[in-house]
Amino acid sequence: MRRAGTYGFMAEFDSPTSLVAAAHRVQQAGYRKVDAYSPFPIEGLAEAVGFHRDEMPLVVLIGGLIGGITGYAMQYWMSVISYPINVGGKPYHSWPAFIIVTFEMTILFAGISAVLGMLALNGLPMPYHPVFNVPRFAFATKDRFFLIVFSSDPKYSSIETRRFLESLSPRSIAEVPD
Amino acid sequence: MDERTEPVTAERERAPVIEPGYTFGSVTDKISSIVLTRPTSNGWFFGFGLAFLLTMMMLYAIGYLCVRGTGIWGVTIPIGWGFAIVNFVWWIGIGHAGTLISAILLLLRQSWRNSINRFAEAMTLFAVASAGIFPLIHVGRPWLAYWLFPYPNTMKVWPQFRSPLIWDVFAVSTYATISLLFWFIGLIPDLATLRDRSTNHASRIIYGILAMGWRGSARHWHRYETAYLLLAGLATPLVLSVHTVVSFDFAIGIVPGWHTTIFPPYFVAGAIYSGFAMVLMLSIPIRKIFQLEDFITERHLQNSAKVMLATGLIVAYGYIIEGFMGWYSGNRYDGFTLWNRLHGPYAFFYYMLLICNIVIPQVLWIPRLRSSPIWLFLVSGVVLVGMWLERFIIVVVSLHRDFLTSSWGMYYPTRWDWMTYIGTIGMFLAAMFLFVRVLPMISIFEMRTLLPEAEVKE
Repeated sequence: MRRAGTYGFMAEFDSPTSLVAAAHRVQQAGYRKVDAYSPFPIEGLAEAVGFHRDEMPLVVLIGGLIGGITGYAMQYWMSVISYPINVGGKPYHSWPAFIIVTFEMTILFAGISAVLGMLALNGLPMPYHPVFNVPRFAFATKDRFFLIVFSSDPKYSSIETRRFLESLSPRSIAEVPD
Repeated sequence: MDERTEPVTAERERAPVIEPGYTFGSVTDKISSIVLTRPTSNGWFFGFGLAFLLTMMMLYAIGYLCVRGTGIWGVTIPIGWGFAIVNFVWWIGIGHAGTLISAILLLLRQSWRNSINRFAEAMTLFAVASAGIFPLIHVGRPWLAYWLFPYPNTMKVWPQFRSPLIWDVFAVSTYATISLLFWFIGLIPDLATLRDRSTNHASRIIYGILAMGWRGSARHWHRYETAYLLLAGLATPLVLSVHTVVSFDFAIGIVPGWHTTIFPPYFVAGAIYSGFAMVLMLSIPIRKIFQLEDFITERHLQNSAKVMLATGLIVAYGYIIEGFMGWYSGNRYDGFTLWNRLHGPYAFFYYMLLICNIVIPQVLWIPRLRSSPIWLFLVSGVVLVGMWLERFIIVVVSLHRDFLTSSWGMYYPTRWDWMTYIGTIGMFLAAMFLFVRVLPMISIFEMRTLLPEAEVKE
């Protein structure tokens, strides 16, 4: 049950190995609403906290396709329909000459969707987040590794969850206020 | 034999990417303290002040240009391109090494890049900014430069998409945008580190806003890494396309000396060549001044030197093919261009180019010199001069004597040309000075991944 005023329990570890091991233990114990925080990307950690579908490639593909189609259609419309000019007898629809701008627009749109898509899917910018209420969390961007069980987890209980996290032998445990 | 015998050399070639003994915490502290706690030295103020003065000189020259027009420059017919295009190509080429280091070496899993990618990307940004000034002021009426973009206007005309010059507008503006995004996305986790480490209230807020609430969640990291990798995959063909398109500005024209298919690969190689020279010229003083020899080790210097050596040889191949085609094509104008380079009024600069770009850099074959910061610094300076001369030869020497002897001419840069050129170097350096002062010049989170503890043990 979700307890008013609590966002979850947070355990602190001092190595990526112990964090990944703890994340696996938490999954095996049946917790589903969990997350982990680390100062650098750790291979396999996202999967260990139950993250399996990364939508980023699809976002970037769609962005790139839109960019490419926009680029080519823009040139076609401008050079063939809106204001056709005969330049040295070249056809209005001189497609080989249009490839470069099409290519650049593909890259531009795909790149912008990669950045904006990553930020949007991650819910950033988010200036306030309950995890920042834990003073030791400032070390999550330096040399400490954190695991959190959210209070929204159906299996969450303020006593059981705390006891379970203690069994993982973390450096410290903190209750995260909401 | 002294200590420079073969085994020692082999040992030197295996210099570590990061010296042993560092932890996540000490790497973080070492890099972030340069920004957060290190007092701003007098040397920094002096260097920044000098660079700032040069920037002001550039603005003065550009202001005067706006008042008087391009007549204050040395450009005349037949040499309508002059310094503006020489400097544009030189600067944009320098930028290419940053993208090569950050994107291509990432895809090739060259983890040594992690120590130098951040400031190489910053170098790219500032070099592209310096490059971008030149075509804008070269159009003659810079306040109308937005005409280059396709936008609905009262004249109801659109850009000419069959022209390489408009391709250049798209290539360079895309390159600038993607470089900025790539650089910024790489900075986000480090900005969060600075936010959490900073003791000063104002800087906490500023870094906090820029970090956008980054908290290092595993889900975020996963999307972040995917986005970063995809951006690298996009930036790789992009960077190759940019200098290819720049070379099209020349190669699509029928001017002898320009109209050749060797231009795209030879331009890209030349760009990376000059870019690595600039990376070395920046990293050698930076690692010394900020005591970062543990992170930017001999390994980085050696690898950069090897890239320079390889791309320099590709450039040399380009020169050879240019000479060969001048003879083999049987085209009298191409043949004359070759003769004119070797014996014409600008022959001195062509020989200087061969010495700077081909002869002197061959000293990098000697392993001992590849590990010597002083030698690398000097050779890099020579290469930068040589690559500038190459663009001068391509632009000026090809244009000044083309088909009709009646329309031959000479090009003499004026003081305004020099003030603008040297001014952009000042602007570039001023931006670098600000960058090393307020942002982490080495990617902290990527350095953490290089430590042995970063590996998850089963």
